[in-house]
Amino acid sequence: MNSMERTLTTLGQREPDRVPLFLLANMHGARELGLSIEDYYSNADNVVEGELRVLKKYGGDCVYAFYYASIETEAWGGETIFSADGPPLCGAPVIRRAEDIDHLASPDVMSSPGLVRVLATIAALKARLGNTVPIIAVAISPFSLPVMQMGFDRYIELILEQPERFDKLMRVNEAFTVEWANAQLAAGATAICYFDPVSSTTNIPRQLYLASGQQVAKRTIARIKGPTATHLASGRGLSIIADIADTGTAVVGVSVLEDLAQLKAAAAGRVSLLGNLNGIEMRRWTPAQAEAAVKRAIAQAGPGGGFILSDNHGEIPWQVADETLLAIGEAVARWGRYPLDWVRDWTDPGPS
Amino acid sequence: MSDLIRPFREALESLDRVRAEALFQQALLRLSPIQAVEQVIVPALEQMGSAWQAGSVALSQVYMAGRCCEELVERVLPPSDPDRKHQPRSAIVLLNDYHMLGKRIVYSVMRASGFELFDYGRMDVEEVVERAIADRIRVLLISVLMLPSALRVGEVCLQLKARGSGIKVAVGGAPFLFDAELWREVGADAMGRSASDAVAIVGGWMGEMS
Repeated sequence: MNSMERTLTTLGQREPDRVPLFLLANMHGARELGLSIEDYYSNADNVVEGELRVLKKYGGDCVYAFYYASIETEAWGGETIFSADGPPLCGAPVIRRAEDIDHLASPDVMSSPGLVRVLATIAALKARLGNTVPIIAVAISPFSLPVMQMGFDRYIELILEQPERFDKLMRVNEAFTVEWANAQLAAGATAICYFDPVSSTTNIPRQLYLASGQQVAKRTIARIKGPTATHLASGRGLSIIADIADTGTAVVGVSVLEDLAQLKAAAAGRVSLLGNLNGIEMRRWTPAQAEAAVKRAIAQAGPGGGFILSDNHGEIPWQVADETLLAIGEAVARWGRYPLDWVRDWTDPGPS
Repeated sequence: MSDLIRPFREALESLDRVRAEALFQQALLRLSPIQAVEQVIVPALEQMGSAWQAGSVALSQVYMAGRCCEELVERVLPPSDPDRKHQPRSAIVLLNDYHMLGKRIVYSVMRASGFELFDYGRMDVEEVVERAIADRIRVLLISVLMLPSALRVGEVCLQLKARGSGIKVAVGGAPFLFDAELWREVGADAMGRSASDAVAIVGGWMGEMS
């Protein structure tokens, strides 16, 4: 099986030849090219070459057309702050007062140089890889985008205290997210990773999610012309996994804060799981610890398919060593082969 | 007073400010303001912090509860009130990154628990070291969201130590929750898993320092 066949098989809740590995080490492409993170993301050709090198070096099953989250707020007039050793961050909020929402309009995707670079990256990756390797693109959910647009504290207050303005903001954001996601699919992306950390029960209670984030997701995902994976970016989601499945998404990115076996049971074949290696702890893993973490995840969620091994945040930190990523790839090759007969005799040794 | 803690906490979790205020007023009929803070607000916020760690309460509820309690306490214990806990001289800072929510929650919960502290906003390593020493701070609370920022806490601790400041550093934020060893690695003196942990940590140090 090639990476695409392997991924599609597991998404069909069947066992492929081995567990697919989505190694979302997007910043490591810069390291491969010897570039700073800022220089790396300034040119689509860099990211194409970086992603292809990461794919070849670590043996993953996807390429990741994600640059950084604030590339979306650049389209709204925001700025990005680059650093030498971490993901670029969003600068000052573009919505400075709640009243600004009353006059807010969705920006044109094709007028944003950053977004156009991402589209060029996707098109070039598609030309090189065809249908052999999934090309994963990212769209921040309309419900989570305001954390960057206006700051998390003021956004919580908006949701709870100004429902009409909140609705207005969602309608504007939904138009943008749909256009952005569909542009990436048209450029050649296989699927959209719908980043929605605010919907996590780490951030809002289930009842509020059902009244807000879930409604937004239902409306938005229905208009995205391709498969989506909803990612909670390390946040908890066990108690809402069926609710997330109701939005029409195909995959849920899950957290290491929750038990993967329980998540798999709760998913009940309605959605596949993506996760849940601890990207922060990964920074100091030995190869043996990496292998143990891979084994644990595969044992808990691999049987029967419906599982893609990945980190739990959707972005592996810059500080994670090459040796660790290589050890993860080797562990998947060794322990991820179906049938997973070894799982029957496996007992969890606990944290190493 | 324990009979009021649970309904007060439930009022906070359901964002019922009117009921939370009524319950706090009930407490004030029987207790002094600082006693009402310590016997009703602090335990309720502690329980919410524990519930957040366990996954049964969300950050939005903790944030709104902290804000509500901060306002209640502000009214009965203004910053100049002698019952406010001005010692140890403390400050809170968001180090190096731009995600303010965690710091804002800890600041609210600390003030809602009767503490007064400097809010330094967002600073880089050198800025916070210079400011903390100039202000003769004894406890520095550092909030981060991103891993590179968490690693820079190590530079803050090294510089504070090299300057012989004696400042105790407590850290909090997502990287420390996902890697339980990280706070020791960067040389912090303590790590809080929730905003109410900060109250317990500073309260403990207050006893040691007095």
